[in-house]
Amino acid sequence: MAEIKIDVRGETCPIPLVEMRKALRKSVQGDLVEIIGTHPASRREIPMAADALEVKVVSNEQNGDEWKIVIQK
Amino acid sequence: MADKATIIVHSGDMDKIYSALIVANGALSMGMEVSMYFTFWGLQRLKKGGLEKGPLSKMHMLGIGKHMIQSRMKKVNVASLDRLITDFRELGGRIIACEMTMEIMGLKRKDLNEELIDEYGAVGTYIREARESEITLFI
Repeated sequence: MAEIKIDVRGETCPIPLVEMRKALRKSVQGDLVEIIGTHPASRREIPMAADALEVKVVSNEQNGDEWKIVIQK
Repeated sequence: MADKATIIVHSGDMDKIYSALIVANGALSMGMEVSMYFTFWGLQRLKKGGLEKGPLSKMHMLGIGKHMIQSRMKKVNVASLDRLITDFRELGGRIIACEMTMEIMGLKRKDLNEELIDEYGAVGTYIREARESEITLFI
């Protein structure tokens, strides 16, 4: 099981979603994808995309201006 | 059948090309298939070197308005159209070029960014895509 890290700090719509999707396409069942970003709407929308893609949101934390979301394929 | 979105890109205006590509990339990111059908002024953006050349749909002001919007976009770090279309292709999005527009505008395949284009077609191709789509947009 691999852990893939994506840094989209400073990126805005739609890049955080796009980079999440790219990482999921490259990962296999069970892999963890960790996304760190600052774009506020993406913190709500990455979990929406995870639902649509039927992958699990493991955690979703806000730390100052930054958020960190971990999803599992 | 996978969920699908089909977008007619009729406008060649910079801001509308942004809207089309952002919606398209969002749909791909959320697991949908996406086809973009470039026609009329939209097709001009697929000419070699043409992607970023569109005017602003309002307040273009001979390019001053576009320049101001572009500098604002840069400030808030909006991705370039080139990056958006590259991501679109990487995520499996398909681009269809309208053949009738090519005839009207006197465009040959070699005038277009052929590496971006999956198919050349007409209205039948659009309907084939749109009839199996949950989302269809005309931009």
